[in-house]
Formats: sequence, C-alpha cells, structure tokens
Amino acid sequence: MKHRTFFWFILPTLSAMVLFIALPIVSVFVQSLFVAHEQVLVVTENCGPFGCKPSTAVDVEATEKLRQEQPLGKFNGLGTYLNRSHLAVADISEAWATSKTMGEFWGQVYNLPFYNALTFTLTYAFVVTPLVLVLGLAIAVGVNNLPAMLKGLAIFVSLLPFLVTPLVGSLILFWMVDGDGVIGATIQKIFNDPSLSLKASTPLMWIMLMIYGVWHTLPFSFITFYAGLQTVPEDTMEAAQIDGASKWQRLIHVVVPHLMPLVSFVTLMLIMDNLRVFEPIVSFSAEAHARSLSWIIFNDLRESGNPLYASAGATSLLTIIIVIILMMPVLIRTWRDFSRKSH
Amino acid sequence: MATAAQSRMTPLKLFSYSFVLLWLIVAAFPFFWTFWGSFKVQADFLSKADWMNALTGANTIEQTGSAFTGQGYHGAWVLEDFWFNFKNTGIVVFFTVIISLTFGTLGGYALARSGFRYAFWILMAALVFRAMPHMTLVSGYLLWFFEWNVWGILPTTIIVLVAINQPFTLWMLHSFFKNIPKDMDESAMVDGCTRFQAFWHVIVPVMWPGVITTGLFSFLLAYNDFTVAVMLLSEENETIIPAINSFMGTTQVEGKVMYAVAAVVSATAPLFVLILFFQRQIVSGLTAGAVKG
Repeated sequence: MKHRTFFWFILPTLSAMVLFIALPIVSVFVQSLFVAHEQVLVVTENCGPFGCKPSTAVDVEATEKLRQEQPLGKFNGLGTYLNRSHLAVADISEAWATSKTMGEFWGQVYNLPFYNALTFTLTYAFVVTPLVLVLGLAIAVGVNNLPAMLKGLAIFVSLLPFLVTPLVGSLILFWMVDGDGVIGATIQKIFNDPSLSLKASTPLMWIMLMIYGVWHTLPFSFITFYAGLQTVPEDTMEAAQIDGASKWQRLIHVVVPHLMPLVSFVTLMLIMDNLRVFEPIVSFSAEAHARSLSWIIFNDLRESGNPLYASAGATSLLTIIIVIILMMPVLIRTWRDFSRKSH
Repeated sequence: MATAAQSRMTPLKLFSYSFVLLWLIVAAFPFFWTFWGSFKVQADFLSKADWMNALTGANTIEQTGSAFTGQGYHGAWVLEDFWFNFKNTGIVVFFTVIISLTFGTLGGYALARSGFRYAFWILMAALVFRAMPHMTLVSGYLLWFFEWNVWGILPTTIIVLVAINQPFTLWMLHSFFKNIPKDMDESAMVDGCTRFQAFWHVIVPVMWPGVITTGLFSFLLAYNDFTVAVMLLSEENETIIPAINSFMGTTQVEGKVMYAVAAVVSATAPLFVLILFFQRQIVSGLTAGAVKG
C-alpha cells in the first residue's frame, strides 16, 4: 500500500486517537503544572469618625476576570506533584525520620491520599488477576468435559457477569451483601454480630470489592482458555496418556504450556482493566474504606463548582506512568516478536 | 469418542464438575435474585428480619395486596422519567457504534495491508492507549470542554467514546482483515480499481462477520460506560448508567431504592437479549485477538 493511500485510510481513526487520547495526556501534564488562582484581594481604607482602618475584601470581578483570562491558573512547576496529596515527599521523609518501626512508617505513608489509593489499586490488580487466571482455567477444563448440550448453557450463564455494566453488576452484588441484603443479613445472624457489616469494616470491604472483581472478570479468562482448549493437539495428549501421564499431569505438562500465549494475553488485558477499577467503589459507597487512583481523580474533578484540575492532572499523570511501567514487559515482548517476524 | 477410561467418574472429575456448578450458581443467582426482588417492596427486597420475605413477599402482600408489584418500575419509568435516559443512551450508543466502525474498518484495513514499520508502531501506540484508565483521559478533557462550551452535550460524549473505542476496534479489525486473502483486493487493483474502489467493491461485501463482532463490543463499551458519561454529560442529557447512580445518591429514602432496583433490571434486560442472540459472535470476538495472536 502506498504511503499516500495509507495516510487517507488511517486519518480518521488516527486523528480521533491523537485528539482525544494523546492530547489529553499532554493536557493532563500541562494542567498539573499550574494551580488555581488565588482570589484577588483589595485593601480599602475605611474612614470613619475614629480614623481610618484598612480592610481587605475579595474583588470578585477581578478574580473572575483573571480566571477567564488564564483558565489554567498560575504556573506552579512540579509543586503539585510534591505536595501532600500526591507524592508527599516532605511527609514521607518526616515519617521516615520519626517512625521507629517499618510498620509505623508504613502506617503514616498509608494515610497519605495518593499512597492509600495506590495501595488499594495495586492490591486489587495483583489479587484479582492471578485468582481470575487460575479459576478461569479450572472452569474452562471443567466445562470442556461437560456434555455438548450443557456447554452452550454454561457459556451463556457465564457471560452475564462479564457483560453486565460494571456499575450495575456491583450494585446487584452490593444489595445482596449489604447489612440488609440476603447474604449480609444471614452472615450477621450466623455470627450473631450486627456490627459485622461492609460499611463498618475495611477488610470486609476490600475482600468484597475483590470478590466483585473476580466475579466480573472470571468469564473473560474462562472463555479465552476454553477456546484455547479446543486447539490442544490430540496427538500430544494421547502420547502423554500412553506414556502413563495421569489426568492431572497431562493438564500441567501439556495443556498449560499449550495455553501459555493465551495466559500472557489474558494477564495483559486483566491488568489493564483492573488498574482502572472505579465503578465498584462508587456502587459500594466504599470511599471511606477503599479508594482507587481513578476514584481520587474523580473526586478532585467533582469538587463542586471548582474542579481541582491541577491535582487531578498530577494524579492522572502518575497513574499513566504506573500503568506504562506495569505494561512494559508485555510491550517489549510484543516488539521482539514483531522484529523476529519481520527479519 | 469417549473411552471407558475417559468417562469414568474420577475424584478429579467430580471436583471439577462441582466447581463448574458452583460457578454457574454464583454467576446467575444474583441476577435471578435481583429480578425477582424488583417486583417486591423495599421491606422485602432488603429484609433484615428474614430473607424468605424476599421470596414470598410478605410485606409486599401487606402493602399492596398482591405478591408482585410494579411500583419500582412505575417509579423509575414514569415518575423519574427513566425512558428519557434510555433515549439518550440510544442516541449515544447508535452514533458511537456507527462512527467507531467506519473509522475502525478504514484504519484496520490499512494496517492489515501495509507492510511498513510505522503500521506496527501505530498498533503499539493503540495498545498503550487502550491501557489508559478512562478517568485520566476525562481529567484532560474537562477544562477545555468547559472553555469551549461543549461540555454536557451528547455529541461531545459520542466523539470521546468513539476515540476511546478506537484502539480496541483497530486491533480487532486489523486481525480480522489479515485473514481476508490479499489476492482478493489486489487482483481487483490489477483490473484497474483504485485502492478505495477495491476496498469498497471487494472487501466491504465480505467483511460483515468481523464488523458485526467488533460492533457488539463497541456497543457494550458505549452502553456500559459510566466514567465518561458521568463527567461529561449535564443532568438533562444523562444516559442510563449515570442516572442509576444518581438514583442511588439522591433517593436513599424508603421505597425509592426500589426505583434503582427496577432501573438496574431494565438496564440489564437489553444486555440479556444481546447475549441470547449473539452468544457465538461475542465468544468468537473475545477470543479472536488471543487465539490468532
């Protein structure tokens, strides 16, 4: 294909991606370098019968004008990145200096908003992803052994939690496990402890959010692995059987290696999606116990009437950097594969 | 061809069957429960006293005289104008799917037929773009959309969803077009067609299976989107998912939770129908990128 033709074919999709994905990333960076204008103060002298007193007032008009002229705010350099809501360099070095044990240090770091959200997001991604991989493979092997008639039904039922809107799916689960819901109330009865509720316990909330994560993404790994199982070479399986390999040994030594390329594909997809965890936190009203990176950006932007663009921008850029670092191994492998193929 | 050895019930097999059964219950039960409960009153659906109430509807009978009530649906659709949100979702989803597929087919075709190295770089960039959390992108739009006065309207949301959808659409259609033999369009070009004519007359007629599969996923992305819609749409243009969220925020009053439950069931119904009719395409789409590599 000629360069010229290629250009015209790719133009619409490329301009959509550049304008609404690449440029916003640049914009996020620019926003993060500025802070909102402070209000313009005017000092007037109030002269009365007992002499003159200076008084300060907010000049609403001038403030508004300044904000209109420079919507980004005033230049702040990397200040936003280093402040308490983001990397909190000063707080961390202070915590390091004052705390005696690692536990104490960690406790202080965990209370900083960015690190708090980072901890939850990474824990969520790195607990949910392996669970989904292992359970997905187990279900795929199980369904593969089912009679043909039941396979279709099993896949149909499994697709429901995956395709349901995340916000809706998490609400459905939340209504069941909430203190008044069928599972929540039953658990309280069994343990005879009315305080045993999602809203009151951080560990319970974390566990429930991760259970939701597994419930929601398990079908994806299951179906991908199930499709992969259809392509396992019969000959190799038979040869292994003749050599005396048990079912379990065949699974570990033949099936799993055959599925390895799929495993890395599914892992990549799962990590991408799990790092943006957001909806379940909204549905569960979990913000008192668990906040993700996406949630704290959302919170900054929702600051009523006056979104904190700088703060949201800084968190966004840090999030993007973390996502890219975590994707690096896969990106490098894809690049190597491609170079091998083309030479 | 099950041999005796293969069909014997081993403990491993028994375990694997019961595991599948357990998963199917876990996957389906919440939907049954919520669907059934949406025809009850709140005192039954969220019954602290006895979960059997949600099945029998004791309080529903007491309050309404019948074991099933449409109060939740009446509240959501008639009193809270949920149909209006459905209309907005319809507009957003329709245009997002059409525009995404148009852009995606052109781009995916070009990437599949171009042997140049930059085609690969575009795909890699798309993969990185695919990984960006949507909230980080939204925080890049907001200030400018307010400045340009395009915040809150449906077209803005549509074009943003189209863009967010592009990386996935490109990858999927690229691998799909790779499977259509090059000879087809190239022989048309030998016969004197331009590249675009070859695409239009030869490729377009055979591309529909791949486009429909990709379209299903574009539909799901647009329909299920919460992040973009909640930040970029004003209240009068709200789509269903943010609307359900605002039910939760403003109506935690006795009885109104059932509006949200009814809205949730209403929002899930189209997806249910979609899976019913397009299960095969969805499954093939899920695995297309992976199995073909």
